[in-house]
Amino acid sequence: MTEDQHQQPNVAASNLIRVLGGIAMLSGFLVALVFQVTKPVIAENKRLAIEKAVLQVVPDAASYRQFSLGEQGISSDENQQDGIPVYAAYDENGELTGIALEGSAFGYAGKIYLLYGYDPTCECIRGIKVLKMIETPGLGDKIITDQAFVANFNALDAKLTSDHMQLANPIVTVKAGTKRSNWEIDAISGATISSKAVGRALNESAQTLLPKLVPEIDKLRQLQSAELKEAQP
Amino acid sequence: MTRRREAQLDWNTFSEGIWQENPVFVMLLGLCPILAVTNSSINALAMGLATAFVLIASSLLISMLRNYIPKQVRIATYIVIIATFVTIVDYVIQAISLDLYNALGAFIQLIVVNCVILGRAEAYASKNRPSVAVLNAVGMSIGFALALLSLGTVREIFGNGSLFGYDLFGDGFEPWVVMVLPPGGFFVLGGWLLLFEWFRQRKAEAQGELAAESSKPGA
Repeated sequence: MTEDQHQQPNVAASNLIRVLGGIAMLSGFLVALVFQVTKPVIAENKRLAIEKAVLQVVPDAASYRQFSLGEQGISSDENQQDGIPVYAAYDENGELTGIALEGSAFGYAGKIYLLYGYDPTCECIRGIKVLKMIETPGLGDKIITDQAFVANFNALDAKLTSDHMQLANPIVTVKAGTKRSNWEIDAISGATISSKAVGRALNESAQTLLPKLVPEIDKLRQLQSAELKEAQP
Repeated sequence: MTRRREAQLDWNTFSEGIWQENPVFVMLLGLCPILAVTNSSINALAMGLATAFVLIASSLLISMLRNYIPKQVRIATYIVIIATFVTIVDYVIQAISLDLYNALGAFIQLIVVNCVILGRAEAYASKNRPSVAVLNAVGMSIGFALALLSLGTVREIFGNGSLFGYDLFGDGFEPWVVMVLPPGGFFVLGGWLLLFEWFRQRKAEAQGELAAESSKPGA
């Protein structure tokens, strides 16, 4: 059977183009079809993943709304240009309980993406959730599983200076067991690089986002309560 | 492959991918995903299923089109067909579970260049009837998935003390972290290859025909 193939006569270029073009069109059709079918399911999966993460990092949250933080301040238009997604979480009565923000930094093996919950009442971080990472299993992934490390984020201080320009105390990761202040994170011994990356991600994100976000927090409160009033006249 | 026999719908066409010509343990093909995604058995199983779908579907299509594809553009055609099915798998896995998709990472897209699939397309599907090609692809897929699983389970048991996520040993077990790291992949693969080769040699000896061919390493 191999002989047949080797003795295949030279074919006209138009034939080659026809075959390749035809197969490419068939492929395009198949891919487009599957894309259309799976698109809503994938979007729903992503939404559920975000919802789960937001409700996890903000204690007592019952629902959330996505806003966009851009040049013009906060906006409910999710597709605002240069906007950074901000997830405002509300409790059952529609009161703002916290805001989930995204941060990222390079760890040992690659970028660590995380979501953290900022509580405007205590001006602190109430919880983090790693969204995506490729840290070493068994070592770097302790940033998710190590209970003592996760406890760092029960009330991590993130107060702004009085002029709202930056954090009063930068968030830093310190050597395991040497945490003295509320804005310090105790590293995991054996996973220092990953622990430091978490601290850096929080610090960078909080330093840039919180100064813009804090003056807008009242707006987030009103946006939700105004809509609740509309819904229950 | 030096041995050539008339391909037909029989047990041998199906089973050669599982045993005599196992893509991983005998032909040593597709080692990149074998080493990279087998740090847990669930990843290994998902990768095995994804590869199986692509291999079977592309074998069927290529075999059906084998008389229409001119020799000059056959490789390009195969790649387009394989890439199509890989893209489909990519979307489907995202729809099934985002966690799984993140765990498998870039290795789903890299199925396109998995040499098991292109090798089967070139060496088998393009020369045989669709029914025979699919039967052989199913066997090869099972062989590939079994190889992935045999690495994945061993690495998860030793490296994490669990199997398919269920804890096996309780708290007293100190996992060998090295097993889920890249070096562990090489150790376990080496171990399996040794075992496989030993079995093959013993079988050949038992049949009294320890030919020079079968004692040589697979590739």
